[in-house]
Amino acid sequence: MSRLKILALLPLAVALSGCNYVVLAPAGDIAAQQRDLVIISTVLMLLIVVPVMALTVLFAWRYRQSNTSARYEPDWDHSTKLELVIWSAPLLIIVCLGALTWMGTHLLDPYRNIGRIHAERAVDQSKAPLDVDVVALDWKWLFIYPDYGIATVNELAAPVDRPINFHITASSVMNSFYIPALAGQIYAMPGMETSLHAVINHAGAYKGFSANYSGAGFSGMHFTFHGLDDKGFDAWIAQAKSAGGSLGRAEYLQLEKPSENEPVRRWGTVDADLYRLILNMCVETGKMCQSEMMAIDAKGGLGHEGLNNTLPLAYDKYARRGTVLGPEPTFVAGTCTPDAPQGVVTTAAIKAPLDTAPLIGAGLKRPTFTPLKSSSFLLGQRPKSDS
Amino acid sequence: MSPDLLKLIFGRLGLDSLPLHEPILVGTFVMVALGGGALFAGVTYFRLWGYLWREWFTTVDHKRIGIMYMILGIVMLLRGFADALMMRAQQALAFGGSEGFLPAHHYDQVFTAHGVIMIFFVAMPLVTGLMNYVVPLQIGARDVSFPFLNNFSFWMTVGGAVLVMASLFIGEFARTGWLAYPPLSNIGYSPDVGVDYYIWALQIAGVGTTLSGINLICTIVKLRCPGMTMMKMPVFTWTALCTNILIVASFPVLTVVLALLSLDRYVGTNFFTNDFGGSPMMYVNLIWIWGHPEVYILVLPAFGIFSEVTSTFSGKRLFGYTSMVYATVVITILSYLVWLHHFFTMGSGASVNSFFGITTMIISIPTGAKMFNWLFTMYRGRIRFELPMLWTIAFMLTFVLGGMTGVLLAVPPADFVLHNSLFLIAHFHNVIIGGVVFGAFAGINYWFPKAFGFKLDPFWGKLSFWFWVTGFYMAFMPLYVLGLMGVTRRLRVFDDPSLQIWFVIAAIGAGLVFLGILSMLMQFAVSFLKREQLKDVTGDPWDARTLEWATSSPPPDYNFAFTPVVHDNDAWWDMKKRGYQRPLIGFKPIHMPSSTGTGVILAGLATAMGFGLIWYIWWLAAASFIAMLVVGIGHTFNYHRDFDIPADDVIRTEDARTKLLAGAK
Repeated sequence: MSRLKILALLPLAVALSGCNYVVLAPAGDIAAQQRDLVIISTVLMLLIVVPVMALTVLFAWRYRQSNTSARYEPDWDHSTKLELVIWSAPLLIIVCLGALTWMGTHLLDPYRNIGRIHAERAVDQSKAPLDVDVVALDWKWLFIYPDYGIATVNELAAPVDRPINFHITASSVMNSFYIPALAGQIYAMPGMETSLHAVINHAGAYKGFSANYSGAGFSGMHFTFHGLDDKGFDAWIAQAKSAGGSLGRAEYLQLEKPSENEPVRRWGTVDADLYRLILNMCVETGKMCQSEMMAIDAKGGLGHEGLNNTLPLAYDKYARRGTVLGPEPTFVAGTCTPDAPQGVVTTAAIKAPLDTAPLIGAGLKRPTFTPLKSSSFLLGQRPKSDS
Repeated sequence: MSPDLLKLIFGRLGLDSLPLHEPILVGTFVMVALGGGALFAGVTYFRLWGYLWREWFTTVDHKRIGIMYMILGIVMLLRGFADALMMRAQQALAFGGSEGFLPAHHYDQVFTAHGVIMIFFVAMPLVTGLMNYVVPLQIGARDVSFPFLNNFSFWMTVGGAVLVMASLFIGEFARTGWLAYPPLSNIGYSPDVGVDYYIWALQIAGVGTTLSGINLICTIVKLRCPGMTMMKMPVFTWTALCTNILIVASFPVLTVVLALLSLDRYVGTNFFTNDFGGSPMMYVNLIWIWGHPEVYILVLPAFGIFSEVTSTFSGKRLFGYTSMVYATVVITILSYLVWLHHFFTMGSGASVNSFFGITTMIISIPTGAKMFNWLFTMYRGRIRFELPMLWTIAFMLTFVLGGMTGVLLAVPPADFVLHNSLFLIAHFHNVIIGGVVFGAFAGINYWFPKAFGFKLDPFWGKLSFWFWVTGFYMAFMPLYVLGLMGVTRRLRVFDDPSLQIWFVIAAIGAGLVFLGILSMLMQFAVSFLKREQLKDVTGDPWDARTLEWATSSPPPDYNFAFTPVVHDNDAWWDMKKRGYQRPLIGFKPIHMPSSTGTGVILAGLATAMGFGLIWYIWWLAAASFIAMLVVGIGHTFNYHRDFDIPADDVIRTEDARTKLLAGAK
């Protein structure tokens, strides 16, 4: 019997050994908390799924036609008590899961800056987080480090235990920026910015890729994310610096042309305004930036005259041919000189509270703050109350 | 000829549009041509064209239309499954520097076509076919409310399928994924005909689906026999009603969003472009406002089938009929409030995401209640493990797993790590195969004797069942595992060799499913050959409970010589219990709708118009459109819409049945 049990466990053992269940064993705190939610939700649901499956098999076997000893009540079709149970049992589970969802979704909102490095360490507010601008191109990833003035393609690095703020956009079509070991994904969309706040807790090289199909070169659109110690990160920055080269508007327009399976590339300097131009879709000179357009529209717009402010398009990214029945493609001409574009991107940051202790009811005394002990906010023990 | 003239005649269609450089496609074309040629020759040789045209293509009989829907679904299943096999093979091979055997240009079409075909041209026809066949019989009606419209709807669905199939050999299909998200599907990034095929195939089939939805709602609301109040309708009819309400309320959204996309692609508007104020996010929202109800459109009738089957084969009234009905209605309403869970990762705020996450979870409550209702229908029953019941048990065990992973994906932070991964793929195949496909097979095995007068062969049926079920688990459990390893969907090549084994297992699973499909085809063939042995003359081979079993198998054209009167939910069971005697005298002429070829012609013209629009052959599009108007208006002058089956014919048919029934005893 016990041998049979071991045999039954064998496939599980095979499944668990030698493979990298990165979603279940991530290296970043955000992904770890998301993993916890996955596990807790699954366990909660198993509370009802397992009995249902067991009862299905049991009833199917017990009330088979050949078993004449089982009770047969062909007209029994209602029981108020049972009905109450079968509606309220799933309801109770969903109430729990719903509460978890509300909490987890807000705590792990990718727009929210992180409040802790890991379960036992809060964020040091005096140190600035690492800013990284991410651009999904056809079919490669461009990373710009505004604080260091460098840029890379298909290679990303961050120091361990330092919060990272990603600002994410795309040049042409939708992609999804995903490093499973670090944190959940978020879409990268042209003309729009999404963000992701995360931190990596363990050094190592992790896979990152696009998780939203984006065309022919999609399969090759992956990169390596290095979690490095501080020294290693400085060395990595220095390596990029020493690569020389400069990524300006002209170079970017070359770079954004479709290409597949791009090797890692580095630039020692980068146009400080480039990311803003990409986001506002006005890297090409002479094109009005979206931020300018929005500023004009916010002031009431240009009215009918605005229609005349377009120029025939000689390019639109790389493929646009216009439509068969429509007018020739145009673009909105910039009203400012390209060298002095206006408008700044501002996004309202969602701040994590400094005090991560659980909420309490009105009028109750808040327990003194101690950082959570266990690996996650969900599995964590409640801090000891002093009342 | 001058290039301008050629362009005028052929639009952008040229010799280079034929995929002669793709050996796989050329081979497929040869096979299809040979098979099609043989079929054509056979039909011609046996002089069946006239018969097919008169008795099938132009019929307005809901039963024959239902059967034609099922045939369409099964034929398209072969195509969609061929795509699945190619994907599985490609992903199992493309490791360690190997590119596999499909280039991106082909592979990306394959996964797009697989999704589109399986949803629109397999699942939808199977579900619509069963509803078409069964609902009028279950409510004691002679036909649907608008019999001509029913024929037209079917042929429009065929028209869409024809366009998808044409894309295989003329031009190409979309390379965008089955929902064709812009900007990728917009003219800038998909300038070829693929997305246009997608748009027009779905628009034309969509007209059919919407009209058939209206038709069935009217039928259920207006044509129920005396005594059948709403709360005495069989559960399958209830689910059909809710599904068709969903169709009517959601398909127009699909029509509009595809129309906006076509405007972007044809006349240069900017609804979903990146610039000039367009927003691709609007498309994603709109298409899922259709797309999520679509899931319930498919699965609700399957729930109805399982209810009928469980109750029949447990020999017991359905447990909790009322709560079953309310659960169905609640699901219908809630299915409109959850669409955003398909794109939590698009960056909505936490409150929006939690709202849609929680509404999604709430749907699992009525679904769970349904599951318990089936469970307690089995409780204290006498369960006969015939094929439909086997599929039902497999469904109950499989669907709860799919439901569980679905609720898991409804937790936004969990979705952030699992979205677009193979975990997601495994989840929706788990619910669609485990729910809709198993449901359709339960329904086919259950109602086949009603439609043809003989049961399906149990040996090949069980073989098919076991191949399908084991194949399903082997094909999709590895995908759950791969999803947890962070492997995303729609990848063509892989670097990490440790993943390969899982893809190989999945490919073997797909192979088993293929054997399941072959066994099912064998099951049909063997049953046809053994039809005398498997014959059922009673019209009620399963000792069933609802009205469709009260009439003969196959039912006469008029379904019921006298409209039945209903006193109980399980009308036929109740009639049997109270010693119902078939009326043998007093037959009257029966008023019936006449066949018409207008539906075939209109749908053919619509397909030609779609083809013209896809290839920019403007004269063809315009001419077909005008012809459609002319034929449509012309049909309103057709006064030969109905006829009476003479009383003598009714007497002859009913007497023949009396003799058969007497012989059976």
